[in-house]
Amino acid sequence: MNDRGSDMELTTQERRKERLDRGIKVRTEGIYAISSLEEIGYLILPRLLLIMGLLLLPALVSSLYWKRVISITCIYALLALGFDFLAHFVGLVSLGGAFFIGVGGYIAAILNKYLGVSPAFTIPLASLLGATICTLLLLPALPLRGVYFAIVTLMYPLAISRIIEALNILGGTDGILGVSGFPSRWIEQYLIVLIVLVALFGLRRLVNEDIGLVFRGVKDNDQAVRASGLNITLYKSIAVFIASGLGSLGGAYLSHIYMWSGISQFALDFSIIPIAATVIGGGGTLVGPLLGCFILVPISEFLRAFGTLRIVFYSLILMAFIMYRSEGIMVYVQRKYHQFERWVKV
Amino acid sequence: MDILIYGIVNSFSLALMAIGFTLVYGISRLPNFAHGALYVITGFGVWWFIHQLHLNYFLAILLALILMGLIGAGIYRFVLIRVRGMATSEIIATYAMGLAILEFLRWRGFKGMTYTLPVFIEGSINIVGVPVDLQRIIVILIGIVVVSFMWLFTHFNKTGLALRGMAQDEHAAMMLGIDSDWMAIIAMAIGSILAGLSAIVLLPLGNIVVEAGYNVLILSIAVCIVGGLGSWVGAILAAFMIGFVQILTVRYIQSHFHMVVALLAIILTLILRPSGLFGRQKELEERV
Repeated sequence: MNDRGSDMELTTQERRKERLDRGIKVRTEGIYAISSLEEIGYLILPRLLLIMGLLLLPALVSSLYWKRVISITCIYALLALGFDFLAHFVGLVSLGGAFFIGVGGYIAAILNKYLGVSPAFTIPLASLLGATICTLLLLPALPLRGVYFAIVTLMYPLAISRIIEALNILGGTDGILGVSGFPSRWIEQYLIVLIVLVALFGLRRLVNEDIGLVFRGVKDNDQAVRASGLNITLYKSIAVFIASGLGSLGGAYLSHIYMWSGISQFALDFSIIPIAATVIGGGGTLVGPLLGCFILVPISEFLRAFGTLRIVFYSLILMAFIMYRSEGIMVYVQRKYHQFERWVKV
Repeated sequence: MDILIYGIVNSFSLALMAIGFTLVYGISRLPNFAHGALYVITGFGVWWFIHQLHLNYFLAILLALILMGLIGAGIYRFVLIRVRGMATSEIIATYAMGLAILEFLRWRGFKGMTYTLPVFIEGSINIVGVPVDLQRIIVILIGIVVVSFMWLFTHFNKTGLALRGMAQDEHAAMMLGIDSDWMAIIAMAIGSILAGLSAIVLLPLGNIVVEAGYNVLILSIAVCIVGGLGSWVGAILAAFMIGFVQILTVRYIQSHFHMVVALLAIILTLILRPSGLFGRQKELEERV
């Protein structure tokens, strides 16, 4: 495989790619970030792009159907944020996003239908109650690691939906009908976008606080955290509480959008799409899953006419990304934004 | 009495379904979450060979099993090998593949209509007053043969021993000259053939439906985890426990609880005793 051509055509054995941080990236990490407009722009541009994009999207889309798709995408994004946070910052891979959605959805529906609470209160209540219930149910599984936790969480939504079906409680297979909707379309549209943005930036702040450091410690070396006198189960349950709270919030929102809550809220879609979105978008970035959702969910809606073929489609995308591009889009883009590359001779 | 007999039949069905998964996951530590999909493909494959290619039943079975072996080897060679060692990625990749296969079959219209395979021998016999059809007797017989064969294979055959060695300590096994990739391909191929075999034996008892793929996967995981990874005795006992509990719940509570039993068994075992009833491997690594 030796290349005897000019210097420019070296093989991979003789040259390698060198990556260096851009000067501006290094400057914006310190106090120099506010030294000139260029640095400020460098920092603000990507964030502004995301915020403006999310805020403008519902206004730009005209058809009612696609407006609803955006809301659903945001719900998936909440789940995906929770998944990414749990998997890449705390080390708990939860394959049961549907569990959070279902619990939140049912609680909101029960509160609204049987107790007559208005959506303004059911959504926060369902998030808190749902998070509490999910955390309590997952508490015995928290000492488990990696694959075992993943399998348990995969089984929870399946078990719950089968139990509801078998006992014929909570409306059985029909679900709970007649949940009240949102007072106005604009509230329905923008509230969820704002929630997603707050959740995104809130989580980003959280993982950089002291508690975030502990979370990452739990992920990398739980015994060391334990040796420091910290209770790892407590920190894991805090993390699960946050993630399941986000999921339950999405579930409650979903119930009010469709004015219905049922077994299909425990369906596989809610477990698979957030994971696929995280893998595609780039795990550990928190922005990546959001981006992944905005790519995957609309495509999956386009394919709705083909029935279950869309599940085939995103399963294949998920497989391809895991096998060939496990870093994901966002990590790639961030690298291009922050670094430049050049070939150097070894 | 009928509870006892149908309990035994159900237990052997579970053991047959799970043995491929147990071999692959329990013994060789390769999670093949496409197990249920392979089960369903075999069913449709045999049906297709018989009704579209007009092959003889026996030939169709043989062809389907060979195909399963190739698919299993292919899954390792083209999918698993790329994510080897990353446990969660292995699960997600194979699970996504199983999902893709099953949903593709559903999309192609393998639903609604009934697809059935012919039974091996027609007729039924009476065992102490309970009529049992011969296919169920065959399930028990083949179950016994396969389980004992696999036990002998992993305890006395060099290849089988190598498979266990890999699961216990991959690096040590490699130092002793065991080619881990090749062993994994063999394990996957055998595991897939066993999934196919169980489909061929069990499917004549009912219809071929896509949902069976998910149920088979859940039941296999249940048997494998309750029994403890890497333990044959545990897996067989777990199959019997879950099998009998299922029959009892169907009889005395409600038939809807059929699958709930398996799901709760998985959740409870993992929470209470993650290494399973008889698992001795890697006990410390599973829990903090």
